[in-house]
Amino acid sequence: MTYFLQQLLNAMQLGSIYALIALGYTMVYGILTMINFAHGDLFMVGAFLCFIAATFLKLPFVPTLLLSMAGVALLGVAIERVAYKPLRQAPRVSAVITALGVGLFLENFTLVFSPYPQHVPALIANRTWTIGGVSISSLQIIIILLSIALMIILDLVVRRTMVGMAMRAISWDKSIVPLMGVPLDLIISITFAIGTSLGAAAGTMYSLAFPVIDPYMGILVGWKAFISAVVGGIGNIRGAMIGGFILGGVEIMVAAFMPSTYRDFVAFGLLLILLIFRPYGILGKPRPQKV
Amino acid sequence: MPTQKPPQSNAQTPRQEGKWERWRQRWDRIASNRRILPVLLAAGFVLSILIPRFNLVNPYIQLILMYVGINIILCTSLNLINGYMGEFSVGHAGFMAVGAYVSAVLTTMFIPTALNPWLFPLIVVVAGLATGLVGLVVAIPSFKTRGAYLAIVTLAFNMIVKSVIENIEAIGGPRGIPGIEKLTTLPWTFFWTVLAIWVIRNFVYSNFGRGVLSIREDEIASDLMSVNTRQAKLLAFTISSFFAGIAGALFAHLLQFISPRVFDIIKSTDVLIMVYLGGIGSITGSILGATIFTVLLEVLRPLGVWRMVLMPLVLVLLMLFRPRGIMGLREFRWLIPHYQLLAAHLWRKKKEATDAPAAS
Amino acid sequence: MPLLQAKQVTHYFGGLCAVSDFNLDLAAGELIGIIGPNGAGKTTIFNLITGVYRATRGSISMNGVELVGKTPNQITQLGIARTFQNIRLFKELSVLDNVRIANYSRLNYTPLEAMLHVGRYRSEEKRVAEKALDLLSVFRLDGWAEERAANLPYGSQRRLEIVRALATGPQLLLLDEPAAGMNPNEIMQLMDFIHWIRDQFKLTIILIEHQMRLVMGICERIKVLDFGATIAEGLPEEIRNNPKVLEAYLGEGGEE
Repeated sequence: MTYFLQQLLNAMQLGSIYALIALGYTMVYGILTMINFAHGDLFMVGAFLCFIAATFLKLPFVPTLLLSMAGVALLGVAIERVAYKPLRQAPRVSAVITALGVGLFLENFTLVFSPYPQHVPALIANRTWTIGGVSISSLQIIIILLSIALMIILDLVVRRTMVGMAMRAISWDKSIVPLMGVPLDLIISITFAIGTSLGAAAGTMYSLAFPVIDPYMGILVGWKAFISAVVGGIGNIRGAMIGGFILGGVEIMVAAFMPSTYRDFVAFGLLLILLIFRPYGILGKPRPQKV
Repeated sequence: MPTQKPPQSNAQTPRQEGKWERWRQRWDRIASNRRILPVLLAAGFVLSILIPRFNLVNPYIQLILMYVGINIILCTSLNLINGYMGEFSVGHAGFMAVGAYVSAVLTTMFIPTALNPWLFPLIVVVAGLATGLVGLVVAIPSFKTRGAYLAIVTLAFNMIVKSVIENIEAIGGPRGIPGIEKLTTLPWTFFWTVLAIWVIRNFVYSNFGRGVLSIREDEIASDLMSVNTRQAKLLAFTISSFFAGIAGALFAHLLQFISPRVFDIIKSTDVLIMVYLGGIGSITGSILGATIFTVLLEVLRPLGVWRMVLMPLVLVLLMLFRPRGIMGLREFRWLIPHYQLLAAHLWRKKKEATDAPAAS
Repeated sequence: MPLLQAKQVTHYFGGLCAVSDFNLDLAAGELIGIIGPNGAGKTTIFNLITGVYRATRGSISMNGVELVGKTPNQITQLGIARTFQNIRLFKELSVLDNVRIANYSRLNYTPLEAMLHVGRYRSEEKRVAEKALDLLSVFRLDGWAEERAANLPYGSQRRLEIVRALATGPQLLLLDEPAAGMNPNEIMQLMDFIHWIRDQFKLTIILIEHQMRLVMGICERIKVLDFGATIAEGLPEEIRNNPKVLEAYLGEGGEE
């Protein structure tokens, strides 16, 4: 039982990171119906910015986090303006491939400057408490609480503010909404800024939890976060959060109770089974087909 | 109903003078002469035998040529799903892995070494058939799921294949299979490449291929126009994975060492890039895409790490200026079956012939 | 036996009743119209007949064969073809391919024959191409055979949709707002055209339309829907003077 609770805590930690990244995928998909394959690599850039801030600028945790989020948000907005905006009228898949190209560029560009994996210094004093046999580290608490806080803020922004309303409206209909006076480009930029900065926050926390980082770290984590977004129902913000925790949970639990090499097999097998029963994810709904 | 006059079929566009125009005319003359094609193919095949026999070019270039061939097979087969059917499959390396492992297990464990060179074509076919069967695993979810969700199914398929292989100790687990005999030769690569192109082209320009195309255009309308969409999807996935399996078998017996890591998502991404670089819905595009991608990576090798920075930039720029890739939805004349190219023309001639006596 | 028979067909979208207790007996050769305000469930009925939606309740049969539960392509093969409210051609494909695709189920060669170019492939391809071109020439579209469908002018795209539907070899043709976007002059031509295709191809036709002029002009029988329920049925004159129909339409702004 303690073992299970311990693993549950680990699952929460991994799940909240997946969920934060998945939010970026789902927000961009919601607004542009486009899979931003560069998002996993923006997560990686976030981790590297954290590394730079912590190692060279010797900043403490909070400024590091903010710097990483702001830097990646700027990068995300710039990528959207340069690489995706000209393709809004083109077939969707062209933008997706462009995103793939941007992602590869980020990976390899980082690789040029960092051919070897880097070690991120510990920014948070590591204290561990033991409650009923379950050990909790200060890092785990911060990761889980901070992620949940960010998700709650995002949820409030999307549901309660004018910007959030504009986002939801644009995801519903891109051609009409600008006619109502909603600044389309600005809203898309804001969406990218928020989505990518959440990815950067995830990158920062990930690099503190697993302090060895390399330019290719975003690929697998990115794909898994994308899967989380789809499991939750892509385009659905709450779905992405749920999906992230589900995937984190499945991965940790499979690794905890089965040979760890089965992890991918079982996790993806479960994913396929889920998609058979709920082809549009947990909270997703099929768009009504007009005939 | 208002009726419009049909457009002039052979309207002469005003010809510009100059050197370029002369080249253009020459090119047109070559392109319209289909009899060159069999000559080229025969010459290519003879060359593919002569080159390794007499070492006409250095072995490094021979190796690149074989990779180009294998990549053309991969790219054309993926284009069938992503370009012609309009789905977004991201797990092509998974199919490749099945073909590679089936063939490698056969040649290293079951078939006596002496027989290998003789049985190699058969082994490749068996690998293709096995992969084709596995293709059904992805085809069946495609009946109901589309878009991002089907992309996830193919991605999960890729990961599952990799994970299953890692967990089977009998075939090396995560360590893979070393010491595979080098059985892939230039003539065989040439033969399989041409065969893959020919078969996929024939399929695309058939009733079933048109069914696949109509799914890309509008699946519901396609179903309502009597297209058995399930059959069309099943065929497209089976054929696509069959050839991915063949490419995998050739790849394994060229690289001589395979491990699950070779067939991860990055390999799938490479094939995706080739497809969209060359152009969706075009076999010419796939040939170009695979060739350019493979050759460019080799040519830029002196740049070291920077070549990996440059390649994605090329891709992004190409997408920005040609969102459909180099040849998107267009086809070079030689690759269209002759009858399909002439169908309307032949019909008009026949009609003129039957109308003429009736009028007099 | 009626050609098409619908018995108490009911369909719900979630909690919304889109069609309730729809009944229809259609004899071969009839030309009937279904009218009603926007959102009355007209197109839903076409979607139910052609299998795009599965009826929540009730039965639809064609020549005695039950249609509910069949896939759209199976239903099309039983002899029902349709056009769409907003044109749904295969835009990137050629005009000829658009028509050939409608022959999908009637080509007698196997995938293997197609891939290896052996056996019946050549003769069958020749047959279907000629058949499609013959049909296109009847509608004076043969000159555009190799053009992309998206490049045709609007009127020709509408015509091509009808040609494509006819190419499936239907007994029953469902026309969904064929007069959308046409001026009165074009509507007059369309009326002749619909009569002509009915006689030429021995069709039974159901027409959904907003344009009263068209429906009153050519339909032998009219059904009026409002909020999914059939509120009137009869000859054009009867419908014209039916108070319920007037009410339903005036509530919507009324077209005539």
